[in-house]
Amino acid sequence: MSTLWRHLIFLTLCAVLPLAARAGDVVVSAAASMTQALRDIAPLFETAHPGARLRLNFGASGALLTQIARGAPADVFLSADAETMDQAQSRGLVLREQRRDVASNALVVIVPAASNRVPQALAELAGAGYERIAIGLPASVPVGRYTQGVLEAANLWGAIEPKMIGANNVRQALDYVARAEVDAGFVYATDAAILPDKVRVAFTVPTAQPIRYPVAVLVGAPNPQEAARFVDFLFTPAAQAVLARHGFGRP
Amino acid sequence: MSEAWVALALTLKVAGWATAINLVLGVAVGHAMARWRFPGRDLLDAVLTLPMVMPPTVLGYYLLVVIGSQGVIGAWLLQHFGIRLIFTWQAAVIAATIVAFPLVFKAARAAFEQVDPQLEDAARTLGIGEGGVFFRVSLPLAWRGILAGLLLSFARALGEFGATLMVAGSIAGQTQTLSIAVYEAVQAGQDDTANFLVAVTSITCVAVLLSAGRLAPGRVAARA
Repeated sequence: MSTLWRHLIFLTLCAVLPLAARAGDVVVSAAASMTQALRDIAPLFETAHPGARLRLNFGASGALLTQIARGAPADVFLSADAETMDQAQSRGLVLREQRRDVASNALVVIVPAASNRVPQALAELAGAGYERIAIGLPASVPVGRYTQGVLEAANLWGAIEPKMIGANNVRQALDYVARAEVDAGFVYATDAAILPDKVRVAFTVPTAQPIRYPVAVLVGAPNPQEAARFVDFLFTPAAQAVLARHGFGRP
Repeated sequence: MSEAWVALALTLKVAGWATAINLVLGVAVGHAMARWRFPGRDLLDAVLTLPMVMPPTVLGYYLLVVIGSQGVIGAWLLQHFGIRLIFTWQAAVIAATIVAFPLVFKAARAAFEQVDPQLEDAARTLGIGEGGVFFRVSLPLAWRGILAGLLLSFARALGEFGATLMVAGSIAGQTQTLSIAVYEAVQAGQDDTANFLVAVTSITCVAVLLSAGRLAPGRVAARA
């Protein structure tokens, strides 16, 4: 083998090796609505457990589940609804006894801050003046599933579905409203609180099932011990205080 | 699986429009860049080629900022005509056009630069106007290179994903192109739908490549 080739292979290995997970890494796949809260909790956990390092991966809960089912090397799964976690459980990806609810949230209707109309009830969204409504895609986004459930119970789904602009996760729905590309949107209360100067909360929508965030260590976790430590850490007063600061309710 | 056919029809419509617009824009700009000398020409060439190398998400963001309802052009359109571009198939056409533009422009510029200026001058001495020189001398001689660029740009427009998703969203039957429908089916774990869509996409791409091969410059020349 020529020296050039040896150098090339050496350089390639140098470039690739740091990407491989280290022993102390905990890969957390979490619902998009948890983005800011978990980013604030991560340094607290890393300080409390020297040597441990969190790698955070955010997305729609359904999309994360698909990745995990396909073998993504995740240690912890934090979903925005019980249903996605139920699917993970029925596929044998998490164990029932390891599931715990870590936080709760509320569904709200938001409008762009500059909007001159603020709806007071769901029925108004079915009427004129609301041409485009951002809703998470019910097939993969929990907030979309909660929304569809609420609208079906109110007999409004048929009227509102044609106006739906599907979002791939809750933060995309928030962005559509913040840019005033849609007339209204369904997001969590915690998301609306991120952009108080761009979106206005019209009203809170009561959901049939409470919005809870289950968390669990995955059966195939590459790093189960550190993963369990992180899940425990989420229930410490320090972590719960961060969640509360971001508007999440008690589990 | 009628959704897949709707998505296919929409994808062909978007790519077709984008290619048609690029035929006019790319040839005009390519010809201008090949014939005119002016300061800053190299910089302009780099700017016009940018969409080919820039990440589609960056392009999508630029587009949101410009044609969004709070953007410079978007706000003007909304105020004067009540037009909202975001989440329409026209927005998908704009995204695909910009992403595929450099492929036509580059091919056209190179093709026009290959045309011998003496032939154009000869036509002028025979009393043909500038329009006549372009349509009867330059364009027929450059046509093969331009066609190759057009086919590439059509293929690129067919597969456009990132910028399209950002400006046109994913509305089934309205803005959901094949590539976006595949993404959504995979995200939702709907493997049956994904398999079918992927098969339709693959067959479409092979069909485009085969017809591109038949229309390839060499064959055109051989038949002519």
